[in-house]
Amino acid sequence: MDIGWYLVVSAIIFAIGVTGVLTKRNPLVVLLCLELMLNAGNLALIAFSRMWGNGDGQVFAIVVMVVAAAEVTVGLGLIVAIFRRRLPIDVDELRELQG
Amino acid sequence: MSAVIFFVAAIAAIAGAVGVITLKNPFYSVLALVCHLLALATLFLLLYAQFVAAAQVIIYAGAVMVLYVFVVAYVGGDDTSLRETTGALRVLAPIFAGVLLVELALAVLGSGLSAVDSHGARIGAGFGTPGQIGQLFLTTFLLPFELASILLLVAAIGAVALARRRRGIDLADEPVPPGLHAPRPAYTGTMAEGVGDRHAAVEPTERVGIAPGGER
Amino acid sequence: MSATTYAWMVLAAPLAGTIVIALGWRVWRGRIAGWIGTGAIGLAFLCAIGVLVRLEDRPEERRQLVSSLWTYAKSAGLDVQMSILVDPLSVMMILVVTGVSTLIHLYSVSYMSSDRGFTRFFAYLNFFVFSMLLLVLAANFVVLIVGWAFVGAASYLLISFWFRRRTATRAGIKAFVINVVGDVGLVLGTFILFDKTGTVDFVGVFGAAGHEFSRNDGTLVVACLLLLVGAFAKSAQVPLHMWLPDAMEGPTPVSALIHAATMVTAGVYLIARMHPLFLQAPTAGDVGAVIGAITLLLAGVIGLAQTDLKRVIAYSTMSQIGYMIMGVSAGAYWAGMFHLMTHAFFKALLFMAAGSIIGAMANVQSLDRMSGFRRAMPFTFGCFVVGGLALAAVPPFSGFWSKDAILAFLGNEGGWHWALYVAGYVGALLTGLYTGRMVFRAFWGDPCPEAQELAGGHLHHADEPRNPADGSLEDTDVGFPGPHHQIAEREVPMKVAMGILAVLAAVAGFLQVPGVTHVVETFLAPTFAGDPGYAPDEPTWLTILGLSLSTVISLGSLGIAYVVWVRRPGTAPRIRERVPALARLLERAAYFDDALDVLVVRPAAACGRFAQQTFERVVVEGAIVGGPVSVVRASSAAVRAIQSGLLRSYVALLLLGVAGIALYFLTQAT
Repeated sequence: MDIGWYLVVSAIIFAIGVTGVLTKRNPLVVLLCLELMLNAGNLALIAFSRMWGNGDGQVFAIVVMVVAAAEVTVGLGLIVAIFRRRLPIDVDELRELQG
Repeated sequence: MSAVIFFVAAIAAIAGAVGVITLKNPFYSVLALVCHLLALATLFLLLYAQFVAAAQVIIYAGAVMVLYVFVVAYVGGDDTSLRETTGALRVLAPIFAGVLLVELALAVLGSGLSAVDSHGARIGAGFGTPGQIGQLFLTTFLLPFELASILLLVAAIGAVALARRRRGIDLADEPVPPGLHAPRPAYTGTMAEGVGDRHAAVEPTERVGIAPGGER
Repeated sequence: MSATTYAWMVLAAPLAGTIVIALGWRVWRGRIAGWIGTGAIGLAFLCAIGVLVRLEDRPEERRQLVSSLWTYAKSAGLDVQMSILVDPLSVMMILVVTGVSTLIHLYSVSYMSSDRGFTRFFAYLNFFVFSMLLLVLAANFVVLIVGWAFVGAASYLLISFWFRRRTATRAGIKAFVINVVGDVGLVLGTFILFDKTGTVDFVGVFGAAGHEFSRNDGTLVVACLLLLVGAFAKSAQVPLHMWLPDAMEGPTPVSALIHAATMVTAGVYLIARMHPLFLQAPTAGDVGAVIGAITLLLAGVIGLAQTDLKRVIAYSTMSQIGYMIMGVSAGAYWAGMFHLMTHAFFKALLFMAAGSIIGAMANVQSLDRMSGFRRAMPFTFGCFVVGGLALAAVPPFSGFWSKDAILAFLGNEGGWHWALYVAGYVGALLTGLYTGRMVFRAFWGDPCPEAQELAGGHLHHADEPRNPADGSLEDTDVGFPGPHHQIAEREVPMKVAMGILAVLAAVAGFLQVPGVTHVVETFLAPTFAGDPGYAPDEPTWLTILGLSLSTVISLGSLGIAYVVWVRRPGTAPRIRERVPALARLLERAAYFDDALDVLVVRPAAACGRFAQQTFERVVVEGAIVGGPVSVVRASSAAVRAIQSGLLRSYVALLLLGVAGIALYFLTQAT
């Protein structure tokens, strides 16, 4: 298949991820959709790596995966901490970071 | 043959993604994402990225998602459906996503890159093998490699710091650190005041002994 | 030391006095500040004598000296030096000013001794003397204007000296505002002269006046009229005279110094100094003379109807200044200056004596309540009589010779000046009448209670201090007169000052007896060298007629006054009943104050109210200031809405930004 197909798939997955981030209220699901967006990026990277024929894109994709893992760790830790404080697990309710 | 595999994997990936956002139960969303990840691994394989595909399955689907499952089981969360979103974003978000999609597609397909229309460049035998990746990591991309490991360390410490218990086993009586919820005196510049939320502050004369540092 | 060095010292001494007294106001205890002030002016007087001696050493044609210390301003065609002009006219002025000021300072040391603002008083008084000296010594228009303005400021400070009295502060403001009108005239006149002659130096302007302007050139007449406006405001001539009677709110030494001897004579000095200009523009001089005549008559009749002792003397000052203005406007320069000198002596003496009586009356100034002080206060009585005789122009006192000099000059001029001549003698009759009224009412008759108390050896002390103008209750704290009063009989400095002035008022006239002595006229001749009409004094039949007429009128008017107020005590009220409208007109000072109130004060107050309530609140605060404020508020409220705390909106904005940038690059690439 042409590389272009992979990139289109990546774009579709990214768009779906955006929709999820913008509409969901459960922070867990928002994180999941964030993962979707990251994966879409990964797919694009791998596709381009194949296109150019060197492994740079794949290395980058692995680093992205590392970052995603770290981010998930901290994010889930945050959600657990919020849950422990008995605050509502709802992105619309947690809005103190404003001004 | 590869075209068939491509289409199957692509549809599975997209289906998984759709499932993530449409399913009510967050647990099911996690499972949909796992399916999505596996489909993505297949696509990686089609693109001669063996190591990344394996890493995707083992690390991403195998470890990160398991962590997710644990947390979802612990926290749970309400069942939220797509239809319950309120406000303007309910309509705008899909539109916006659609616009973004169109834009990205245009960027990709309308660009002058001729290589996009091809199968890709000629690749050698070791392309995508762990050996090549490892070589790249330890020579050209040594710095990102080290930084990524530091990042992992930080994340691990951060996670522990966030989720640790303060004292004892009983979670329900975890005391609030003093001063966390103490009302700030008026006009000390809380952001809440800035937007007119006067309930966030009290007059200084009403403070009764709750003060950081314990001054009366 | 040369004449100009002495002259600079004359200026420096009062300035140093002011600075020393003012900066050390916490340090000077008791009467030290008073002695410092008196000493400073005394030193200035000695230096003035030095100037006189040095100037007289020089030959006659070389008696005009200009000395410059530094360049005051130099730009755009304007070259102003900080310079003084020493010539006989200014020397005469500084002698009079410093001499009379020294005596008044001496008098004030006792008079103000119980006042809490004692030190402040002497600082202001020294500052005033410095300003007046600067005015008369100025060698160019700019320094003149500076001195003029300073004098106005000092007058304001001294009139409202008892600043917690509403009446005093109002009087101070009134004086200052009316003087500003005069300042405007002076400044505009200067502008015109500078425009036409290109310089502000007196020497330069006077030199150019001859060939720049034709005779009675319109521009020059306008400039001279504007200068006259300044002179009228400062010298309290009609119609800018309303401030002088109210200025009696100031302490008596202030009235004596500023409003009798020095500041009000600044207008006379101005016209004398500008004589080359008036020579080329006789029309302006005629206007001045007519105004002087009107003032002297009007002030004379109004003075007859006033009951406040100090106001009577104030109107008398106005009237006498009218004589001087009439004289110098018509060209009788030496006569006008001579009258200025003698008037300074006897008017200051009268004010001092009045201060003494007012002290005995415990700050009551109304003639209605004074009587019979003859036996209780003999020294004050004697001084008052000497001053009154000089004022009424009884021979051989000084006022007789000086007033007659002016009128004789006017008679010599002929033509329409005869009207002024007649007005002058009618004024002399009025002068005698009101002087006699003052003397006989205050000193003859049965002693009033305060006089009886004083005769018994005890100075009357009021139970509650009251404002003499409106009778309201007061205090004796700072900003009000002090608790004790001084009279001349008991205070040596007051006696010394009044005694010296009494002697001067009696004998100063002999400096210029027609046909016998010509001291004043020859002394001033070098200044007026270019004036063909300066007229050396030769006694003619007109002079003899004038002298005899003066004698008859003065003695006659005093006699009439004696009859009306001593012999037949009820005469004055009966006359008043016969002409109530006229009496009311005179008591209300010919309604000038009321006219001022209606024409100027109320419209100005209404404008102020409009400006504050409508313009300021609605336009400025509402639209001009409020407009941008509300725009900023609204826009920041709109922008603030972005900071909602909602994760989703933040993400949306983020992605919007990203999409925008991507779009930009996309369009760039294609």
